[in-house]
Amino acid sequence: MGVVEYPALAERVASPSVYQFVEAVGMEVPVRVVGAKTQWNIGRRAEYQRTDIRELRAPDGVVDVQPSELIVRVGAGTPVADVNVALAEVGLQCPLDPLSPEATVGGVLSVGHSGVRRLRQGHLRDTVLEALYVSADGVLRRAGAPVVKNVTGFDLPRLLVGSIGTLGLLAEVVLRCGPIPAVRGWWRADGVDPWLVRRSVFRPSSILWNGTCTWVQLEGSHAEVHAEVQSLAGGPWEQCEGPAVPSERSTIDAGLAKRLRTEEPTAVFGATVGEWLAEIGAGIVHGVTIAAPPLAAPVLNLNRRMKDAFDPTGRLNPGVLPW
Amino acid sequence: MSDTRGVGSGLGDDDALVVALRRVVDPKRVLVSAFEKALYAKDASALSPTEPGVVVLPVSTDEVQAIVRIANDHGRAITPRGSGTGLAGGAVPLERPVVIVTSKMNRVLEVDVDERTAWVEPGVLNLDLSRAVAEHGLHYAPDPSSQQVCSIGGNVGTNAGGPHCLAHGVTSAHTIAIEVVLPDGSVCVLGNDDAGYDLRGIFVGSEGTMGIVTKVCVRLMVNPPAIRTLLADFTSIRDASAAVSAVIASGTLPAALEMMDANCIKAVEPWAKAGLPLDAEAVLLIEIEGVPEGIEPSVAEIRDRCLSSGARTVRVASSAEERALLWKARKSAFGAIANIKPDYYLHDAVVPRSRLVDVMESVIEIAARHDIIVLNVFHAGDGNLHPLLVFDGREPGVLDRVHQAGDEIVRACVAAGGTLSGEHGIGLEKKDLMPLVMTEAELAHQVLVRTVFDPHGRCNPTKVLPAGATCGELRRVPEGAWV
Repeated sequence: MGVVEYPALAERVASPSVYQFVEAVGMEVPVRVVGAKTQWNIGRRAEYQRTDIRELRAPDGVVDVQPSELIVRVGAGTPVADVNVALAEVGLQCPLDPLSPEATVGGVLSVGHSGVRRLRQGHLRDTVLEALYVSADGVLRRAGAPVVKNVTGFDLPRLLVGSIGTLGLLAEVVLRCGPIPAVRGWWRADGVDPWLVRRSVFRPSSILWNGTCTWVQLEGSHAEVHAEVQSLAGGPWEQCEGPAVPSERSTIDAGLAKRLRTEEPTAVFGATVGEWLAEIGAGIVHGVTIAAPPLAAPVLNLNRRMKDAFDPTGRLNPGVLPW
Repeated sequence: MSDTRGVGSGLGDDDALVVALRRVVDPKRVLVSAFEKALYAKDASALSPTEPGVVVLPVSTDEVQAIVRIANDHGRAITPRGSGTGLAGGAVPLERPVVIVTSKMNRVLEVDVDERTAWVEPGVLNLDLSRAVAEHGLHYAPDPSSQQVCSIGGNVGTNAGGPHCLAHGVTSAHTIAIEVVLPDGSVCVLGNDDAGYDLRGIFVGSEGTMGIVTKVCVRLMVNPPAIRTLLADFTSIRDASAAVSAVIASGTLPAALEMMDANCIKAVEPWAKAGLPLDAEAVLLIEIEGVPEGIEPSVAEIRDRCLSSGARTVRVASSAEERALLWKARKSAFGAIANIKPDYYLHDAVVPRSRLVDVMESVIEIAARHDIIVLNVFHAGDGNLHPLLVFDGREPGVLDRVHQAGDEIVRACVAAGGTLSGEHGIGLEKKDLMPLVMTEAELAHQVLVRTVFDPHGRCNPTKVLPAGATCGELRRVPEGAWV
């Protein structure tokens, strides 16, 4: 059976800057895409030195904000700050939430770390509805579609998020947005059990804890946030600025998280731990480096086969692997 | 590309296969009689039944692993199956496969109340999971209409949705990790946020083509302290659709936003007695979650937006019973249609929310032109349409008209910027429509991903991807598989 091109497909046209990006990626030389380099060393193999890699920038600019669909289409090279400005004009937000304000959309998605509002806003990877990407063979492809629900074929956008530009190079993405709430703010209290706090509040954006102080971020309507603040366990709670979040970041499993409740952080993290901040309910600790356990053989095998399948000559972001 | 000659060629080898399977699985759970196998010959789709080779009901990961290895040794394909409620033919057993049914793996293994996660076996039923964690004030958010009978493993296989996915996302967003038996028989856990590719994300929704899920770590959500359910009724679909957009554009994203059209209301109300207005052209069922002291302004805002979009009345359910009744009307729509015609064909497609009106009008026009009754009951907030074509299969020629109308509806959705499926999946039903939304190059990448997991094409062969999009390891649906 031949594959038939239907009008809806044939009429798909990307922005001129996307085609320029496709051209620049080409088909042969090693390439990598540079954003703001705010998380540049993630996945980088220290032993791997190479000077012949072509450095590119992804298309920059907000293409289209669609308030009625709660979506935005942006070039992957667009600074997150610019996206936030464009969305705010129509009362929308997108929870990309990088720790460094100059980070680009493509950089944030390629690394794949969720921001600290994950409890309410969900995982970063679930914000991507569609991705236009250039693959190792220099061809522009679309993954996903600009609709909020989609199970048409395998979920390639999930695979691209967090792949650090090693499977395909993000050119343009469609992101899911939400309304900017009337109120968004932080509250803090000392000496409260953060897990108890979590049980006392319905839908917080963040609960952060450094061993002594707990910070809660709330957003919503005035009435909603007011009611949530009243319900917070312990206290007294005072409104404040959010805490500084160390950029260093580790995933912790539930077992480790639980030990934090009863043991000294030095016993849990090691004697050298300094300022740390745990994202309660998200399994993340900032300011601490905990080596991830090595991948099991079948998983490592799948990762390697995935990389080989998508990039048989290893030209996409050489020297970087996400495992 | 891949060597698949072994698959499906072992028609005479059932005896040896069965002997091998019965060595590792209790013989009572290896089904071979024509009568027993017939129960697993189809799913809830309108596709023709096809006979499985052997049906096996394992009770552990070890058993699943052993079964997969034996199937490989005998050159047989495998077809994973949950409760068989899929609507796209994903569990229809093609090539006389070993059908691996996970319904007997139905234990909730571990609930972590603080982290709000649970490890469960794939055969746990969707609603049973929420019941199991209810004592902790938690629930599992994705709620397909089949939630009383569909299983978590099947939900993972299809990346299932449901009315309450509007605010909280579909199955993928609630699946933290999965233990799977890969097509080569190895067992692993996918779902490490910080190491490697998101293989969990690509596996969820792969419709049984990448392996078999044997455990799932789900995200649980806290039960909302306050819920308000609104019923808004309209004298035109256009007004109702405008209200959908107006509500979406408000500061409050509802937990659910569902639409039922006049035909659906007329079918459901006499049976459900939920007080749906029989003279309405459309109703919206809107649910808002929040804290008791904070929810009323949101309710007022959404009520206002419905009224200014042309709603005749907006009723707020005043009790838990009334709310349950409204949801019963919504979720039992498919049972009620038996009062109209004996057969139905349920469609699933997604369009941008702003195109709902146009597409709804097209759907109604297409159905009228083919002289088919259509009921619309769907996730309006997501733009996820579910036109339900009802018919009597005994009428001569009606199946052709149903098929034709369905095809035109899907094309109308795609032409409006939508896509083929929002939550049912592609399975067999829509695989030949995939070129409507993907280029040849895009389909090739779909094949690539599948081949990484299943290089020999042994896992649920011929599903999801169209024949011809590949290097030959995928085959066509047999002639006459339709209806």
